[in-house]
Amino acid sequence: MSFNINEYYTRISQGDVVLAFKGSITSELINEVLEAVESKLVAQNEDGKTRKKLYNVLVESLQNLYHHIEEKHEGIEENLDPKFGVLVVEKVKNGEYLVTTGNFVASVKIKFLKEKIDKINSLTREELKDMYKFILNHQKISAKGGGGLGLVDIARKTGKKMEYHFYPYNDKYVFFDLQILI
Amino acid sequence: MESLIIEGTTKTPNVNFDSEKGKLEIKGRSIPENSIDFYKPLVDWLEEYAQMPKSKTEVNVHLEYFNTSSSKCILDVFKKLETIHKNKYDVQINWFYEEDDEDMLEAGEDYESIIRVPFKMIEIVD
Repeated sequence: MSFNINEYYTRISQGDVVLAFKGSITSELINEVLEAVESKLVAQNEDGKTRKKLYNVLVESLQNLYHHIEEKHEGIEENLDPKFGVLVVEKVKNGEYLVTTGNFVASVKIKFLKEKIDKINSLTREELKDMYKFILNHQKISAKGGGGLGLVDIARKTGKKMEYHFYPYNDKYVFFDLQILI
Repeated sequence: MESLIIEGTTKTPNVNFDSEKGKLEIKGRSIPENSIDFYKPLVDWLEEYAQMPKSKTEVNVHLEYFNTSSSKCILDVFKKLETIHKNKYDVQINWFYEEDDEDMLEAGEDYESIIRVPFKMIEIVD
């Protein structure tokens, strides 16, 4: 059976959810998410270190979505908001948090994304630091505003491997999700 | 030269550049989606200041959060300061980080290893 966004969303937002959202990823939405998660974590007396790491991961992963999501997805029958993306923040075991982001990406981008994440996942702490510094010092910010540093930064700050899936959708698109443990 | 003052928002820091005293302060959060728009006035201003800098320029960077988009712009700011330093003027960058915020300390050390300007890492204890 083909991928269904509503079933997917229901499935991933069943845990101890701090925040779940599906819809347009706008600058205002990012503000609201950051504010909501921060105040929730403060209210729960979450440790400052964890709070900061989670905040940083949310900024980078949401802004990755913001910069890369296509405005419209041709051929996707479900009635999607423009710049459609999914975000779920949940509390998992051992006091850790799991951040899941999801969006439709063109199938031609699978290889690029897979290689990039696999590469980052394969690096040690020191290698990630070197990679970060190299990109910081040698690459220009793209027209979209991203610098190619977001995922490297996430990997450095969490010290964990990112997980991802590509769910086949149609000829042109797959649904890509990225899971980050903090 | 006039001073440069930019009021902070939820996504951008306060910037205060007192050109008479040669003191620049960047304080708050720097997480805008498009950081170039935000940092351009500061980088332009520094470019002008670099023509006639004070004998000593002191820079206090006190960020609670910054995103990777800002990280490149902050490097651009530091590169302007590096030019001033190269021209034999005194430049000092004070990088503030909150107690136990190792990520922020490490971010400062990343810059220190790239930019040839004296850095001081200052831990803020509550």
